[in-house]
Amino acid sequence: MAPFDPVEAFGKPLGYLIFVLFGMGFGATLEIAGFGLAHKLVGQFYFKDQTVFKTMFTSVLVAMVLIFLTAGMGWLDYDRIFVPSTYLWPGVLGGLLLGIGIIVGGYCPGTSMVSSASGHLDGIFFVAGVMAGGLLFGSVVDSFWEFYNSSYMGRFTLPEWLGVSTGVIVFVAVVFGVLLVWGSDAIEKRWKRREGALTEEEVKRDRKILGVVSVALILGALAVMIIGQPTLADAWNNNVEKQALMAEGKHLVPAEEMTQAIYDPLINPILLDVRNERDYNLYHLEGARRVDLEAIPGLIEELLNEPDGTVVFVMSNDEAAAVEAWKMLVAKNTVNAYVLKGGINGWIEEFGEGEFVPIEDHPDDALGWIIPEARGDKWPSAIPEQPHETKPYEIIKLQKKAPTGAGGCG
Amino acid sequence: MTAVTTTDMKSKGKRTPKPYTNAIIAGVLLGLVLFLVYFFTGDGLGASGGANRIAIWLAKFVAPGWVNSTPYLIKYGGGSKNPLDSFIIMLDIGVLLGGFLSAWFFGRFSFETIKGPKIQPSTRWIIAFLGGSLAGFGARLARGCTSGQGLNGAATLSVGSWAFLLAFFAGGYLLAYFVKKLWF
Repeated sequence: MAPFDPVEAFGKPLGYLIFVLFGMGFGATLEIAGFGLAHKLVGQFYFKDQTVFKTMFTSVLVAMVLIFLTAGMGWLDYDRIFVPSTYLWPGVLGGLLLGIGIIVGGYCPGTSMVSSASGHLDGIFFVAGVMAGGLLFGSVVDSFWEFYNSSYMGRFTLPEWLGVSTGVIVFVAVVFGVLLVWGSDAIEKRWKRREGALTEEEVKRDRKILGVVSVALILGALAVMIIGQPTLADAWNNNVEKQALMAEGKHLVPAEEMTQAIYDPLINPILLDVRNERDYNLYHLEGARRVDLEAIPGLIEELLNEPDGTVVFVMSNDEAAAVEAWKMLVAKNTVNAYVLKGGINGWIEEFGEGEFVPIEDHPDDALGWIIPEARGDKWPSAIPEQPHETKPYEIIKLQKKAPTGAGGCG
Repeated sequence: MTAVTTTDMKSKGKRTPKPYTNAIIAGVLLGLVLFLVYFFTGDGLGASGGANRIAIWLAKFVAPGWVNSTPYLIKYGGGSKNPLDSFIIMLDIGVLLGGFLSAWFFGRFSFETIKGPKIQPSTRWIIAFLGGSLAGFGARLARGCTSGQGLNGAATLSVGSWAFLLAFFAGGYLLAYFVKKLWF
């Protein structure tokens, strides 16, 4: 399932070439829109030329509809594409500076490159300024490091913020966006007519294009809303790779290997205990966090913001509930997770020799030991002991994190 | 656009430039490029990141000690790190190539300074550099420019990117009145 990693798939020369090609498409589309010309850009802010609004919002809406349409069909994994992290106030202030930059200097960084490539000297001076401004930032950012990293909200999306489904957000965005584009077009037409710079034929042709694109966008957004986004269950059913892993039993990590991982400085271990509160209070591993199965989908968002090298270990009394949780965690390939083989029952059998009396014939995934007191992780065996020797991991694989960093602008 | 004047250096024998593409069609094409880069690579488009990396690369020749002792720059070009070894650089090379080929093909390539009629080319260069510096600084602060933060984040529904875009347009509209002389 898309997305792919061209550099990983084809190696550097070819993978990099693919990015050059995408860049060429980007540069060429900016150029044909007229964005290599400062007046085309600043005209927006004097209500003379609305190309910026029209082109920018059309492109955003087209990409948005296609991204969520393909995600809805299960072809593209939205959780693994780059969504700029929200640092609210640094972002707002930076946006203001870019806004001032465009009205003073005539471009933004991308368009100034197209302008330079078109031979325009002012574009070249702007690019030089962008470089100088970046270096200046690099040398002074230490003095406001705290602000630079403030109001961090992670991968925070409009559907999460507003508590509405992605389909509804896309539909509303498209309707408003299309209205905005129509409005901009009307303003521009009025201005150009007054200057006599438009023929009736051109007006007719523009209207036709605008009409066709608007209808297509709205139909696309309707489709996004009707199809919806894949649930975790859908994602699991589509995830043949993880299903195969499970068939081989490679989702189960032995207690010993998990213990080694807990002490591994390269791994950020997260222990999730999906048993009920009673069992958890009676006995749980040190550092394990209890979550209900129902809360797992909500937890995934949070886990996406954990650093590289994060490995989640899920456990229940035996394995059944933990496997259910694991399926949800790995369904979209975003969380690197494993199930503790044998569960807590197996753990006690291995490390808590003689600590408790076993219960014969307990139901599957129920606690298999008589634990007299709710001592939680204060039992001697509840603290995983650092292994004396380290072995190569057989089950655990460190998975590359979904891009959440600087993406296109890092 | 009657208000635009340019200072041509090589205006003789130039082809007549073709008019720009309809803004909506250009938008559809740009949207397709943005979608395809997301679909096939998982990464979005970007521009300022590459410029920043080239700047750090240049700075390493002039003042390697400075790059190596400035925390923010170390992660891009500290020690033996090559700041140019990144897909963002590849995107930027593409932007320059694509922009050039398109301008050339449509007869719009020309060495000139785009400026308002009331100012001198040298004034235009200075303010272009100034505006660029503000934009460069702002793009670092916002962790992305109009493309990397604006286009990518708006299409993928990032809350911060929509806030960024609002601020971007607010900045432009608020100041426009005061700098009109630069343009018209």
